Amino acid sequence: MIRKSIMSLLGLLLASTASADWALNMPRGVTDLSAETYGLHMMVFWWCVAIGVVVFGVMIISLFKHRKSKGAEPASFSHSTFAEVLWTAVPVVILLIMAVPAAETMVKLEDTRDPDISIVATAYQWKWHYEYQDEGIDFYSSLARPSVEARRKQSGVDVSTVENYLLDVDRPVVVPKGAKVRLLLTSNDVIHSWWVPELAIKKDAIPGIVNETWFKPNEVGTYRGQCTELCGKDHGYMPIVVEVVEPEAYQAWVDARKDGDAKFASAQ
Amino acid sequence: MTTAVADAHAAEDHDDHGPTKGYKRWLFSTNHKDIGTMYLIFSLVMFFVGGAMAMVIRSELAVPGLQFVHPEFFNSMTTMHALIMVFGAVMPAFVGLANWMIPLMIGAPDMALPRMNNWSFWILPVAFGILLSTLLMPGGAPAGGWTMYPPLILQTGDAFPFLIFSVHLMGISSIMGSINVIVTIINMRAPDMTLLKMPMFVWTWLITAYLLIAVMPVLAGAVTMLLTDQFFGTSFFLAAGGGDPVMFQHIFWFFGHPEVYIMILPAFGVVSEIIPTFSRKKLFGHDSMVYAASCIAFLSFIVWAHHMFTVGMPLTGQLFFMFATMLIAVPTGVKIFNWVATMWRGAMTFETPMLFSLAFVFLFTIGGFSGLMLAIQPADVQYHDTYFVVAHFHYVLVPGSVFAIMAGAYYWLPKWTGHMYNEKLGKLHFWASTIFVNITFFPQHFLGLAGMPRRIPDYSVQFADFNLVSSIGAIGFGLSQLLFVAVLLTAKRGEKATDRVWEGSHGLEWTVPSPAPWHTFTTPPKARIANESFE
Repeated sequence: MIRKSIMSLLGLLLASTASADWALNMPRGVTDLSAETYGLHMMVFWWCVAIGVVVFGVMIISLFKHRKSKGAEPASFSHSTFAEVLWTAVPVVILLIMAVPAAETMVKLEDTRDPDISIVATAYQWKWHYEYQDEGIDFYSSLARPSVEARRKQSGVDVSTVENYLLDVDRPVVVPKGAKVRLLLTSNDVIHSWWVPELAIKKDAIPGIVNETWFKPNEVGTYRGQCTELCGKDHGYMPIVVEVVEPEAYQAWVDARKDGDAKFASAQ
Repeated sequence: MTTAVADAHAAEDHDDHGPTKGYKRWLFSTNHKDIGTMYLIFSLVMFFVGGAMAMVIRSELAVPGLQFVHPEFFNSMTTMHALIMVFGAVMPAFVGLANWMIPLMIGAPDMALPRMNNWSFWILPVAFGILLSTLLMPGGAPAGGWTMYPPLILQTGDAFPFLIFSVHLMGISSIMGSINVIVTIINMRAPDMTLLKMPMFVWTWLITAYLLIAVMPVLAGAVTMLLTDQFFGTSFFLAAGGGDPVMFQHIFWFFGHPEVYIMILPAFGVVSEIIPTFSRKKLFGHDSMVYAASCIAFLSFIVWAHHMFTVGMPLTGQLFFMFATMLIAVPTGVKIFNWVATMWRGAMTFETPMLFSLAFVFLFTIGGFSGLMLAIQPADVQYHDTYFVVAHFHYVLVPGSVFAIMAGAYYWLPKWTGHMYNEKLGKLHFWASTIFVNITFFPQHFLGLAGMPRRIPDYSVQFADFNLVSSIGAIGFGLSQLLFVAVLLTAKRGEKATDRVWEGSHGLEWTVPSPAPWHTFTTPPKARIANESFE
């Protein structure tokens, strides 16, 4: 209650500089696995809350009841086999309850077989390169121009006026809704990491290694993420944007890109 | 023959001579108390140096947009802050406490290897002098993160070999310190103090010292390979030459995860000394505490790859590391339950050391909860390298390790100085620290869950609110620590401390006068008598 009122007070104070869509929790996301991940996260969270209520509850009762100023006399016990066996065994059972669904989700996360689309993402300091393997499309994806100008030290630009500050790119990844997209990740220089929270995918892009991961978006929309492995001075400036569109719109985008690339090539 | 030597020694009358005067007392010191004091002062200085870097980080992150520093310098600050806090503040503080208290707690006249003790301390100012000097070098201080992942760390400028050399020196210092701790504990205990009768602080340090000896050479090997990759044309970690960048991470975290417990096990020990004293009740389940600490130490060797759930390991490997990591919750839980059971039906009072210890139990447990969440691999994929992780390890390190060090300092300060510190100031320090530490780090959980990566100098505006709250908390926490300096500066002004200092204290360290004389236990005491009188 108090925290809520403090937060809302702070919220009022900051209303001028901050956007209103701040979140407290992990997004539920737009894939089946992101929803499962969210479920695991919340399950463990509530277990922690339950354990916390018991442990902190006992401790707080003790702090108020068993104080010298209230005339408490210290007991002399310092051992109880029953209690110790109990509080070793019970956590083991709780951990098993958590481990089983977590392992099930892990198995699904690693299953990259039978993709509909394969995209090779190559990381550079500090941008991404995407290559659609079957469609023959490839392009670089860098921080969008308005952010580039606003991000400079003391640029004089009020960053709250920049739309999707630091989370927008010039050319987003476009994928169709409902398709299983396999991402093949590698790097040209140092280690980077590809993360889009709404897709619940984070995988490192490592030079000399090709990593695999996959997602299958269920909802049309624009989903934003960032590089999450320290990769040098502009680590904070290589966002990832994935646009999920209807399959027809995706086909139109593919055709337009191919057309554009062909025109570009012939003009060279 | 033996008698003759003994007589000759007695004639020289070693018992009464005091410390040499001037700088030589400190530079050439072989006295565990003086060396302990130097360690503690050094770590406090480093705590403020590393803290100043944290202030730079939090100032830049207070509002979106880049205001004060360039991204390269920001990265140097996060890297140096971590190296200094881990190797310069937390670890030496525990070594300082060990130097001062282990001989007093086990009834030994000094550390077993006093000259090596001198070395292991004096290497540290040199190591950190070198590390800090990199701030002035072309190319700036190391900016590749304290984890030093290649290939990025190989892009460091002139600072690179100095970074490696200073890490080597820190490792040598730690290894010598831990050899000393082990030899002292194994050989120099009071004759009737069997292993299982040792105080918890001694036990946890014994385990910590073994961890240090096991993993510091691993770190040294890893950074040496970085060095040869950079200068001698090897390709341990370079893909272009057939090397593997991920191998560095495996080696680093084989050191890095036990390192985490190196920084928390002695904290468990300190808290296990303080809670019984102010609960006026024996520590609950002393032996199971020993077994739990040993279990944690063993498990710490087989969980390292949970720092690497996103590097692309085989499924079976990830399953193993997830299960092993979750297991750590069991012995850690035992420790927390035992502390709570120690308080239960005690007669508690709330002097500053107890307050810090209670905050430790509460807030370390919160860090433990987020640790359990991080163990769940699919969820870790979302948490990894975000502010959720930053919040997690700061909860276990700041209100965890640092609060335990503070608790220990307040607890033993009267024994060191011979005077009671200013309790009002101490309590003020406690409350300010506890409130601000939560304002600083709790909102970082929300930032991470909402999608803010760590180690970025600027962020999207949706993260603005909590970052500002966190920055305000950080500045408050930094300023609160000046209260601790005030406590230290006024430490000798309070009333004279009794030998026992605290009503509920027990153990050999409380049988010697306050302040502890320069030489103690020149003849071995009887540990049993010290304990019995308080039972």
